[in-house]
Amino acid sequence: MSKPDASIHSIGLQLQSVTCVRGGKTLFADLSLALQPGQLLRITGSNGAGKSSLLRILCGLLMASGGRVLWGTHPINHDRDAFHTQLIYLGHTAALKGDLSAEENIMAAGSLSGDVITNSMARSALIAAGLGHLASKLARTFSQGQKQRVALARLHLAQHKPLWLLDEPFNALDQNANEALQVLIREHLLRGGIVALSSHQIVALDQMDRVVRVNL
Amino acid sequence: MNPSPSILKVMLGIIRRDLSLALRRKNDSLSALFFFIVVASLFPLGIGPEPMLLAKIAPGMVWIAALLAAMLSLGRMFADDFQDGTLDQLVLAAIPLPLAVFSKTIAHWLSSGLILTIASPVLAIQFNLDSQSTLILVLSLLIGTPLLSLIGSIGAALTLATRGGGMLLSLLVLPLVIPVLIFGAGAVDAHQAGLPIDGHFYLLGAMLVIALFFAPIATAASLRIAVE
Repeated sequence: MSKPDASIHSIGLQLQSVTCVRGGKTLFADLSLALQPGQLLRITGSNGAGKSSLLRILCGLLMASGGRVLWGTHPINHDRDAFHTQLIYLGHTAALKGDLSAEENIMAAGSLSGDVITNSMARSALIAAGLGHLASKLARTFSQGQKQRVALARLHLAQHKPLWLLDEPFNALDQNANEALQVLIREHLLRGGIVALSSHQIVALDQMDRVVRVNL
Repeated sequence: MNPSPSILKVMLGIIRRDLSLALRRKNDSLSALFFFIVVASLFPLGIGPEPMLLAKIAPGMVWIAALLAAMLSLGRMFADDFQDGTLDQLVLAAIPLPLAVFSKTIAHWLSSGLILTIASPVLAIQFNLDSQSTLILVLSLLIGTPLLSLIGSIGAALTLATRGGGMLLSLLVLPLVIPVLIFGAGAVDAHQAGLPIDGHFYLLGAMLVIALFFAPIATAASLRIAVE
């Protein structure tokens, strides 16, 4: 794992007049903003307002109906595979395979994003997330909160990735895990990373002076 | 940006993950295998034990049984990934999506088509096929079953977010694999009739090459639509 205080090379993320239309309904239109390294994009809004859609547009899973998203000076679909190596996206499902152990799930996810994750690295990440005792247990035996924590353990191994996109990451987490995640996010911002997160919960991170807010 | 990760390593990672899952869900592979054996075994019971007749219809019967058995596991090729959210991670992989899809198709073939191919000589004995015909049947399945996985992957991706996807998948895929059935079974028929079999294998090979190139691209495009 990279050290928390090591700085990372990050470039800015820009949205230029981004419009999202889903099922004939315009969720948001002409949304423009720029995120510099070290900034947090805090996305809020009521259910169905388009928070998840915005995060999916930011990582390229969803095509914007209008406008474009730039990573540095290039649109994100300019070199899609290279852009994918720069980010980690955690959606509202934990993206775990029930028939794989927590450790295997982390290794498989890391391998997909082009990282070489060894057993010991995966185990260390799980220990850091407070789940060391579950490392070799099958994910289908986990509670919702434990699944979420396994997914979030990936962040410990993604400290070199400049862009973190987190969809409702505090869901199902207990108080300790919630605070640990906020520390992780704060450290990433201090390293020069960019974080975009949607959440209904009001968290201490909101008090930071490097927050860009979007209310959909 | 970081240097590009090794494409081969990412592909091997996907294959390893899917094979691990297949090994832990043995029921899926075993169900397809038993279905293959049971369906092919029903024909001699229904038609009668005439050895000449059985040897004559064997290639077609084994091929149809293999085709139907392969259909069983196609529906789950991407459906589980779609349900649990890992399909998003696949689309966001560090390699081009068609290559990620190709890796999944290889894993699917290894856990379904290859097993059916290995089991086919047992059925050939049941149908009273001679050893030369059995060898040709196995070879035709060895080239033909990857085609079923490749063509099937397009159908599996297209029907991913649809209701009643299983039926739709069969309706989409079965007509597309008719040429594979014709030339696969036809190779054994031709051998039994004393005719050259090269043409059948050339055509199967050509179809495989075309599918290897186009099917992952078409499947990847369908998956992008599905995740949206």
